[in-house]
Amino acid sequence: MSKGAITQPSLFAAWRAMIVRDLTLAMRRRADVLTTLFFFIIVVSLFPLGVSPEMAVLREIAPGVIWVAALLASMLSLGRLFSDDYQDGTLEQMLLLPQPLSVLVLAKVLAHWLVSGVPLVLLSPLLGMQLGLDGDAIILMMLTLLLGTPVLSLIGSVGAALTLGVRGGGVLVSLLVLPLYIPVLIFGTGAVDAATSGMEFEGHLSLLGAFFVLAALLTPLATAAALRISVE
Amino acid sequence: MLEVRGLECVRGDHRLFTGLNFQLQGGELLRLRGSNGSGKTSLLRMLCGLLEPAEGEVLWKGADIRAQRDEFNAELLYLGHSNGVKAELTGFENLRINNALCGRSLVDEQLYDALAEIGLGGREDLPTQALSQGQKRRVALARLLLNDAALWILDEPFTALDVKAVAQLAKLIEAHLQKGGMVVYTTHQEVEMRAGACREVNLDE
Repeated sequence: MSKGAITQPSLFAAWRAMIVRDLTLAMRRRADVLTTLFFFIIVVSLFPLGVSPEMAVLREIAPGVIWVAALLASMLSLGRLFSDDYQDGTLEQMLLLPQPLSVLVLAKVLAHWLVSGVPLVLLSPLLGMQLGLDGDAIILMMLTLLLGTPVLSLIGSVGAALTLGVRGGGVLVSLLVLPLYIPVLIFGTGAVDAATSGMEFEGHLSLLGAFFVLAALLTPLATAAALRISVE
Repeated sequence: MLEVRGLECVRGDHRLFTGLNFQLQGGELLRLRGSNGSGKTSLLRMLCGLLEPAEGEVLWKGADIRAQRDEFNAELLYLGHSNGVKAELTGFENLRINNALCGRSLVDEQLYDALAEIGLGGREDLPTQALSQGQKRRVALARLLLNDAALWILDEPFTALDVKAVAQLAKLIEAHLQKGGMVVYTTHQEVEMRAGACREVNLDE
């Protein structure tokens, strides 16, 4: 038996192990990941059918539609963030690790974003084209999603942790988390709208970046605290 | 080393136990007794710091465990009702991830050896959902072989195990005590264990 002292490298190793674990689990349960993606595609594809097939109209609403769909899709995947671990007891074990819980939470959220956020960002150009956005607007929209979806995952993790083990938690998460998503939605779509009407959009991006930094710093602490309460 | 002072547990409107005091030194074995619903699991979870006591405190080396969580967790091994084993991962992967998360760096050989020793030879690379209840429990128990935690907290460790595995686990516990470790456990099974100091706390009294 070897005695491993808890040092900085071991914290990083633990952090990496957590990410690898969650990515492996996602790979073994691909259906869950694909469901979110198909949801995203289908919601966006409904708008040309429901609103109007006119390109001018679609171009107008495209950023908003794609952002709202991304928001809903990312919320759909929140339920899995902690609930599986909670049920099989691995969450308990995670709380008893000799590592700071908030750091491990950050690893879990990052893995969750890689699986549920990044595919949305990668798919968005296709959907943008479908709705008639031009090249520049599409690139900008990808950028806003790239900055915005991690914020959605981070904020969502607090809601997911708070509603852990609560019956009907899925609906409750939406009620808790959707209002907090509003600023991200406003500045995400705002940037694309501003650019298409020829205005400055850097301010919007800076604000999204600020949201991201703030969320990355604060939400892991809140999520860790919420997990300790939920597991009691 | 581990000390409990004036511990009280309230679940819902029920006060399960109150004014509980005991001490546990290195090399001592503590068995919790009590009927169903007497608060055994709650007490174990309080000793781990998963559950906040309604009253009283749990001390490790003289300081409250909640004030030194990382240090305490490094010396704690908790085996709960649920195995804490991922169904989609193989036994080997479960063990490897658990070790990395605990901050230990073991080579793969050691992990395979531990799985073989616990009786899972040849099944290391099966997803644990394909294993039986007792085998899943063994995957969880393999952690005991690779751990150097001083304090083991085991909640019903013998459930789902066959006679041979029960004997093996009892031996493991004895060996741990001989090395100066501490064990707190609950069980409804009568298992013979030779230990220097065997104590009992009965929650029904």
